[in-house]
Amino acid sequence: MNLLDPQGPVAAADKTILIDSVAIMLAIVVPTIIAILAFAYWFRQSNPRAQYRPDFAYSGRLEMVVWAIPTLTIILLGGVAWIGSHQLDPAAQVPGTGSPVRIQAVSMDWKWLFIYPDQRIATVNSLTVPVGAPLQIELTSASVWNVFFVPQLGSMIYTMNGMVTHLNLRADNEGTIQGLSAHFSGDGFPDMMFDVHVVSPLEFPNWVANTAKSSQVLNADSIKKLMQQNIEPGKPTFRLEDPRLFEDIVSQRIAPQAGPKLTTNAAQSYLGAQDAR
Amino acid sequence: MLGKLDWSAIPIHEPIPLVAAGAVLVIVLAVLIWAGAKGYFPYIWHEWITSVDHKRIGVMYVLLAMVMLLRGGIDAIMMRTQLAIAYHSPGIFPPEHYDQIFSAHGTIMIFFVGMPFVIGLMNLVVPLQLGVRDVAFPTLNSVGFWLTATGALLINISLVIGEFARTGWLAFPPLSELSYSPGVGVDYYAWSLEISGVGTLVAGINLVTTVLKLRTRGMTYLRMPMFCWTTLASNLLIIAAFPILTATLAMLLLDRYLGFHFFTNEGGGNSMMFMNLIWAWGHPEVYILALPAFGIFSEVVPTFSGKPLFGYRSMVLATMAICVISFMVWLHHFFTMGAGPDVNAVFGIASMIIAVPTGVKIYNWLFTMYGGRVRFETPMMWAVGFMVTFIIGGLTGVLVAVPPADFLLHNSLFLVAHFHNVIIGAVLFGAFAGYTYWFPKAFGFRLHDGWGKASFWFTFVGFYVTFIPLYAAGMLGMTRRMQHYDVAEWRPWMIAAGVGTILMTIGVICQILQLAVSIRQREELRDTTGDPWDARSLEWATASPPPVFNFAVMPNVAGEDAYWLIKEKAKRDTLETREPDYRDIEMPRNSPTGFVCAFFASVTGFSLIWHIWWLVGLGLAGAFATFVVFAWRDHDEYVIPAQEVARIDRVNIAERRAAMNMAETPA
Repeated sequence: MNLLDPQGPVAAADKTILIDSVAIMLAIVVPTIIAILAFAYWFRQSNPRAQYRPDFAYSGRLEMVVWAIPTLTIILLGGVAWIGSHQLDPAAQVPGTGSPVRIQAVSMDWKWLFIYPDQRIATVNSLTVPVGAPLQIELTSASVWNVFFVPQLGSMIYTMNGMVTHLNLRADNEGTIQGLSAHFSGDGFPDMMFDVHVVSPLEFPNWVANTAKSSQVLNADSIKKLMQQNIEPGKPTFRLEDPRLFEDIVSQRIAPQAGPKLTTNAAQSYLGAQDAR
Repeated sequence: MLGKLDWSAIPIHEPIPLVAAGAVLVIVLAVLIWAGAKGYFPYIWHEWITSVDHKRIGVMYVLLAMVMLLRGGIDAIMMRTQLAIAYHSPGIFPPEHYDQIFSAHGTIMIFFVGMPFVIGLMNLVVPLQLGVRDVAFPTLNSVGFWLTATGALLINISLVIGEFARTGWLAFPPLSELSYSPGVGVDYYAWSLEISGVGTLVAGINLVTTVLKLRTRGMTYLRMPMFCWTTLASNLLIIAAFPILTATLAMLLLDRYLGFHFFTNEGGGNSMMFMNLIWAWGHPEVYILALPAFGIFSEVVPTFSGKPLFGYRSMVLATMAICVISFMVWLHHFFTMGAGPDVNAVFGIASMIIAVPTGVKIYNWLFTMYGGRVRFETPMMWAVGFMVTFIIGGLTGVLVAVPPADFLLHNSLFLVAHFHNVIIGAVLFGAFAGYTYWFPKAFGFRLHDGWGKASFWFTFVGFYVTFIPLYAAGMLGMTRRMQHYDVAEWRPWMIAAGVGTILMTIGVICQILQLAVSIRQREELRDTTGDPWDARSLEWATASPPPVFNFAVMPNVAGEDAYWLIKEKAKRDTLETREPDYRDIEMPRNSPTGFVCAFFASVTGFSLIWHIWWLVGLGLAGAFATFVVFAWRDHDEYVIPAQEVARIDRVNIAERRAAMNMAETPA
């Protein structure tokens, strides 16, 4: 999950900006730290060679430099931020080879549901994508907020109930990488890790075809089982009955997921959550 | 009768909180019995609990902060222990417990360590620096302190009765809404912050009024010490920002108690609004804590360099610029919420602009050392440690202000390392520097230097050993608030951070030993001059500890560094022995109003949390009655006669002369 080992163009561009920004700042930060230590050491009281200037409290030239150095750095970095924000807007399309793959990600307590509306399939805690294709991801949440984040593919984004966020990514190397939720969502939050399988464009249709043979069907009824508050140990796959399931979640036609149930009025903290685990 | 409260609220099958709470109870009882046996209760009641003296209140604020620092620190130790262990294993704390620990850690460290520490130091020092006898509203000051203590008390009660929030320290909805957090944890969180928030707000009003309206003769704005400027800026921010917090949490409470839909998923609620509102308070809050710390360093660095502060006017400008800009950057806390590139870029650049005045401050401290004679006493060690650490924290801060970089680092341990880098590096180092620097002013003897330096080195090195690994783990994609993990590459960094925590714990133990050793050796460490550091501002012009009226005669200020000028003048013409014209001094009477108010606020808060409605009514009625009794009081001041003032001042002057002669004879 190393951010310095990107597996797609978005992560690579994010990383370049990260490293450039650090480099720009280091150019003034390192000399400043050295100056602090050097001044503090040289002007120590016990150093007879240091000149004592008890009234040196103002210098127009120095003030000018003092304001100019951070200002210039920030102007430069501000440019990086402005251009970077526009080029790497998560909602902007990412070019790629082959036809784009639409994915609808739904965060639940405490698992990820990935819907492929065009392929009429859905998976839990496992995302399979073809290498090189633009990934057009729409995201929402069935309960509380989460963040969809695959560190080696780049940019993360919030998932929120009743709302849709957009993220465009691309994976450039075959293999398996990991994703996670990057926003605390309750007791099962650490188990919201998921695998991202990046497969060849030829293998992807095979995988879709196999998945479509799944005996389990996902629809407005069967999703209720998924929407119980628990940790999903396996990685079930589904045949999607209605490609508009995602819209039903977003529009709350499928009501938001329920929270923990209380066993008694007061002891819920210690009992309720253990049931859930 | 008791609302939701019954025996199941006591976590009998959870040994850790129960044992911890038992230990705390035993310690508190032991202290009470000891104090009672020694007959200290009347003294504590008359001289401290009911005191409206800004110095006493300042000391109590700092004491509260230090006690809560231990509580928050223990939380930190538990978290780092858990993460060092919980690789492919559930660790020692189940999630429902671990989630409370990190929520309590953040809440306590910001609201009940950072805030009372800086407010306490401001309370103690600012009236002295301004050359006045008290703050603008002494009794309100006491009320503010005791309401803060109420919040701290409620949070500690949650350890044994019920639970604390399991939502993180900002309790984001919809997770913090009734449907996802049905327990009393979020209610403990919200009510303790509502009550202590009122305390903070009145403290802010008080200090702003003090700086604006109460300054001694000749103390113009541009002659005020830097710490007074940062106090002004910080408290203006309190007045502007804390009502937002109060209102936001009130809306959350309306959702939870009365079925409103401000932030719920259903019924048209909008949780993004909470995010905006809480950070509209939360980002200024960062500067509410940091600005006073900058002020402390602006006192410490000139004093121990034997020079005036370099670029004073620049510093004033930078301080006020930070004060204003800090209100315009809140959105950088959620670049990843899906706003468009224009919005993200504008807020990213605005956030970076704050780095300009902050950078200017660093350079001004740097040039204050230039041409100086730097004495490395403990406060100066903290100051140099701060400058180095804070620059690194500033670098990573500006980095996460670049939206595309934030898209990778948001909510990661990198971010956690960043804000600990600035909060520990600036606020905690500043608080420790201020504590060591002004301790002799408050108590009349210095703190032991050797233990102070030991504490500095352990804390400084421990900080890097703890948080560099967290930066690294963040670069490996690790996110915050995980109770366990299965990723092998994170493990070594979690263990390293655990080792760093041990070092920082030793630093804290050194600090405790320093206090104990200093109290035992107080006669050797006694400061009779009132000016142990050869300092520059007016708080050092009076005795240590200062008399209740601070200054026998209000000082007359002729320029910046007021006390330095007085000292220079005294050296030039030694004939200045004319006795000043002593007058009667009126001082505010002590009042139990603050303590009684806070008692009823505690009762009200607790019963609101547990839905004990009759007790809520009783508590509110009691608080109102206290207010009425106070408002109709007959005597609010007492007079210290001129002879008494003269007697106290002559003793002070004689001691000071003796000490000065002693200092000058060898030279």
